[in-house]
Amino acid sequence: MNAEAQALTSGTTVAPRSIGELFFAFMKLGLQGFGGVLPVARHALVENYRWLTMAEFTDIVSRCQALPGPNIVNVSICIGGRHFGVRGAIAASAGILGVPFVLLLVLGVLYSGYAQVPEVANALRGVSAVAAGLILGTALRMAASPRLRTWRTVFAVAAFAAVSWLRLPLALVLAAIIPLSIGAAWYAQKRGMSGS
Amino acid sequence: MTDRLGILAMDFAMLSLLSVGGASSVLPEMHRSLVEVQGWMTSREFAELYSLAQASPGPNVLVVSLFGWQSAGLAGAVVTTLAMVIPSSVLTFYADRLLWRAAGAAMWREIIDNALAPVTVGLVAASGVLVASANVNHVLSLVLTAACAIISWRTKFHPLWMIAAGAVAGIAGIV
Repeated sequence: MNAEAQALTSGTTVAPRSIGELFFAFMKLGLQGFGGVLPVARHALVENYRWLTMAEFTDIVSRCQALPGPNIVNVSICIGGRHFGVRGAIAASAGILGVPFVLLLVLGVLYSGYAQVPEVANALRGVSAVAAGLILGTALRMAASPRLRTWRTVFAVAAFAAVSWLRLPLALVLAAIIPLSIGAAWYAQKRGMSGS
Repeated sequence: MTDRLGILAMDFAMLSLLSVGGASSVLPEMHRSLVEVQGWMTSREFAELYSLAQASPGPNVLVVSLFGWQSAGLAGAVVTTLAMVIPSSVLTFYADRLLWRAAGAAMWREIIDNALAPVTVGLVAASGVLVASANVNHVLSLVLTAACAIISWRTKFHPLWMIAAGAVAGIAGIV
């Protein structure tokens, strides 16, 4: 039984075999991400390659979201860096950015010629409806984390409401909610009730 | 042109370190710099380049490549993209190495992970709603969005098939 098959049956994870595998994996998932790479990244990293469990994925995305920078690029930096150091971080981020960068510039050149074609606009509308569903599905999967099985859900609702309904600037929302959430988690840990 | 590259590099390197939560959180600041201060593109061009980046595969941050390209050609695209990505990536690399994997920080890691997970779920859900809201007046688009949300939540169906189905449904005039 190979490592991947073992991981499949035991529910554990495997490591990327080489920098090349890391680079091409991130290149593939970068190219599949329309309207955001997060849902594809979850599918690829957790279900396909099994480099991360769903819980690890949620934790890495959370940490990367709290740091400045594009979230999915930060995720590639963390995963690449953990397995192959600086070279891994460069390979993973170059993989996720490189080909989409070239494609986007080509699209930019073509765009002026095709912007008026109705099929192009219609296809984009269909794609964006699907993309929205994929992002919401990812949120639902992440919400299954044990870290949300308590009163902490209130912080998920607060972050959602602040950004989605109140339209507050993200930096402000994070600056307000994260210290409160950390304070609450610290207090729970001190009281020994974090797992309940 | 060299002046423009220098300004792009400085501006976007700074935005890189300010973009907590992702590149889209500093989009208003990019608009201020490129449209209002420098006058390198109109507001309409800015919005068009943004939609184009959304429709193209890859991380959403690559919208800055189009902004750089519009401002200073191919060199502008390269400089802007690297300026936007490198500072935050270096920070993330060392944060991951020093904070998250340091021995003895296990308790704090647990606290911070517990604290951040719900906030992340809320923000991811909010960005899903934001993308969906562009189609809010098409009932069938919202049905498609809901169906894809449930499929990707409950099954391991590959996202790319749903994307393709969405493009076909769009061209066929269903959504």
